[in-house]
Amino acid sequence: MAASKKSNLKNAPVSHSVEELKKYYKDMLLMRRFEEKAGQLYGMGLIGGFCHLYNGQEAVVTGIQSVQEPQDTVVTTYREHAHALIAGMEPKEIMAELTGRSGGCSAGKGGSMHIFSAENNFYGGHGIVGASSAIGTGLAFAHKYKEDRGVCVAYMGDGAANQGQVAECYNMAALWKLPVLYVIENNKYAMGTSCQRHCAGELYKRGEGYGIKGEQVDGMDLFAIKAAAKKALDYIRSGNGPYILEVMTYRYRGHSMSDPGKYRTKEEVASYKDERDPISNLKEKLINEKLATEDELKAIANEIKDIIKEAVDFATNCPEPEPSELWTDVLVPVEE
Amino acid sequence: MTIEVLMPALSPTMTEGNLAKWIKKEGDKVEAGDIIAEIETDKATMEVEAVDEGVLGKILIPEGTEAVLVNTPIAVLLEDGETVDDIDMISSAPVIASDGVSKSEDDFVESVSVISSQIEGEIIENRDVLYAQGVVIPPPKFDEASFMNDTETKTVREALCDAMSEEMRADDSVFLMGEEVAEYQGAYKVSRGMLEEFGEKRVIDTPITEYGFTGMGVGAAFNGLKPIIEFMSMDFAMQAMDHIINSAAKTLYMSGGTMGCPIVFRGQNGASGRVAAQHSQCFASWFAHVPGLKVVAPWSGCDAKGLLKAAIRDPNPVIVLEHEAMYGQSFEVPKDTDFVIPMGRAKIEKEGTDVTIIAFSVMVGKALEAAEKLAEQGVSAEVINLRTLRPLDTYTVIESVKKTNRIVSVEEGWAYAGIGSEIAALVNEHAFDYLDAPVARVCAADVPLPYAANLEKLALPQVDDIVHKVKEVCYR
Repeated sequence: MAASKKSNLKNAPVSHSVEELKKYYKDMLLMRRFEEKAGQLYGMGLIGGFCHLYNGQEAVVTGIQSVQEPQDTVVTTYREHAHALIAGMEPKEIMAELTGRSGGCSAGKGGSMHIFSAENNFYGGHGIVGASSAIGTGLAFAHKYKEDRGVCVAYMGDGAANQGQVAECYNMAALWKLPVLYVIENNKYAMGTSCQRHCAGELYKRGEGYGIKGEQVDGMDLFAIKAAAKKALDYIRSGNGPYILEVMTYRYRGHSMSDPGKYRTKEEVASYKDERDPISNLKEKLINEKLATEDELKAIANEIKDIIKEAVDFATNCPEPEPSELWTDVLVPVEE
Repeated sequence: MTIEVLMPALSPTMTEGNLAKWIKKEGDKVEAGDIIAEIETDKATMEVEAVDEGVLGKILIPEGTEAVLVNTPIAVLLEDGETVDDIDMISSAPVIASDGVSKSEDDFVESVSVISSQIEGEIIENRDVLYAQGVVIPPPKFDEASFMNDTETKTVREALCDAMSEEMRADDSVFLMGEEVAEYQGAYKVSRGMLEEFGEKRVIDTPITEYGFTGMGVGAAFNGLKPIIEFMSMDFAMQAMDHIINSAAKTLYMSGGTMGCPIVFRGQNGASGRVAAQHSQCFASWFAHVPGLKVVAPWSGCDAKGLLKAAIRDPNPVIVLEHEAMYGQSFEVPKDTDFVIPMGRAKIEKEGTDVTIIAFSVMVGKALEAAEKLAEQGVSAEVINLRTLRPLDTYTVIESVKKTNRIVSVEEGWAYAGIGSEIAALVNEHAFDYLDAPVARVCAADVPLPYAANLEKLALPQVDDIVHKVKEVCYR
């Protein structure tokens, strides 16, 4: 019987070098600044359609990615700019995708929700709620088939966790001991419907009937996430099959840019921003424990400022796709 | 009165089978529900249960007998007080199919000829782009005749199995996944022997979760494998339509050409005989509607092998629409393991001058039968087997219409927004001035498929419907 648990107290503490801590800070700050800029460009009409921002959730993907191995794969939902950034994709190419330009990572054909990079083992970027669970299970199937010791980290939201295909995949992944880590980024709202209203029981326990271990972890605590992910990935890589990590996080912005957020109070949002923010907390730790100076962190912030500026310049100056591009990439050409 | 035990039918389409084994011996006491024998067809093995109680008085058909017709008495049960002398031997004479070879009723060996006048084809760059733009271009090159010198007789079922097995031998990244594909050998016995040859790593029985395993297949394809996903029936693919369309067909485009999905979705499509509306639909037009998919619909054994191999080798998602009525039919099939039919190339199965009949899948056979009847009435019909529904070989269709000036499209699915509708539109766009009669369609009745035998027959296109429609467009 799988043991699911709510606290992370039993997880062995993971150590971090000062350099690692600074890197996490830099990674998270890049995500935050990227998203803020994306929100601004959206407001200026330079980004269209749906645009889902990750502000507040940065610790989740940063903590998990920090303990992945190079051969591991990642697949996620349409709230994926940060996942793409930390996978190693170029910020300017992601931003140009958001602006629908030829220099975008999907040549301007996918937009905000459809970012992919096979070379960085990042498999999207999927717009259908729940799809990442099944695609991730398939990526894991291929890891096992190829015997490459890879694990797939398949992200989904709390809303997606209710999709029928998630249950189907838990069953198959457990049955075949597939190397997949299901990460449920529970930001408390499936669009505008709160977890209390859409979710019976606890999401991390949903694998119990299949014999899948699950754990709930504080998604605002980078180190708790890292420790839980390390344990989960070790467990999976040892051939034990899937694992569910429910990460309790919070998004500061609306579901998408068009969301006025009437379903939650300003106080609730402020309580996370002011007290639980993973970037502020890490900054505080670095300063208080004298692991970095204000000047060093300022330098990191400036470096990110430059990266974002370069990304915006590229994404706004780069031409739109050639009209002829309308017809390409529908099919992989077959040699005759 | 002694009781005759009759040869049972395992399926609605079974007409004969082999008596594999007697479990009970003559003189054994039998209770209702006891297993008395095992029978088998090319698809399945099944146990025969006694319906009545008594003593197994006499076995009329010895074990090992092949091609025993359904409803033939195979044994006689004796009731209380009866003896073997009570058996009326005359009424119990066994009946064996005339040629003594086990196969279903509609099996036949069709010698598929290759029409020499069919265009050789051309090598064209950016073919997919031109198709997308609606440009009519000659089909890819293919010298089918060169493969027909060295053939063997195979059922469509065997041809499909050979196609998969040959490709799996050649490429380790190809695997087969679906419900009952492994230990059960395929719900329609298409994957017979494959588990034994390739092992459980590559021939995988799934739970009954189409949505999940289809999405899994897509993920595996993204990550470097070449999955063949079998749907027991294409009706069940509706559960998985999301991943077929949203994940498999669209990702290449959405990723700017960086993330392809080499995957095959195959299975029985269409009316398999008395299984009613939820197991009988033709989904050709559903799949053919979607850019990013390729769709093939084999009719003959040649088609089955050559198109499935093409589908497996193709770097894109391909739908293979098979037909239950064809699985047991035999054809001459090339032995060459590189017999791969290029997609987007139709085949002229029979040349004619008065009218063009377009068909795919099981309807090709019906169209050919209709053409024979029409020939007797002095109408020369050209029959085109579309083979691929997306991309469609518009060129071959249009060239034929330019010659015959009349066209009838035949499909097992519904008319509304069907493949025939597309054919009509294309002929309108590209050969309007050549038409001597409106484009006509022969399709299923616009109703869910009924179960009752008479209604089912009325609902599905029959040979006479084709004959009638052809004569209508020929004004005869």
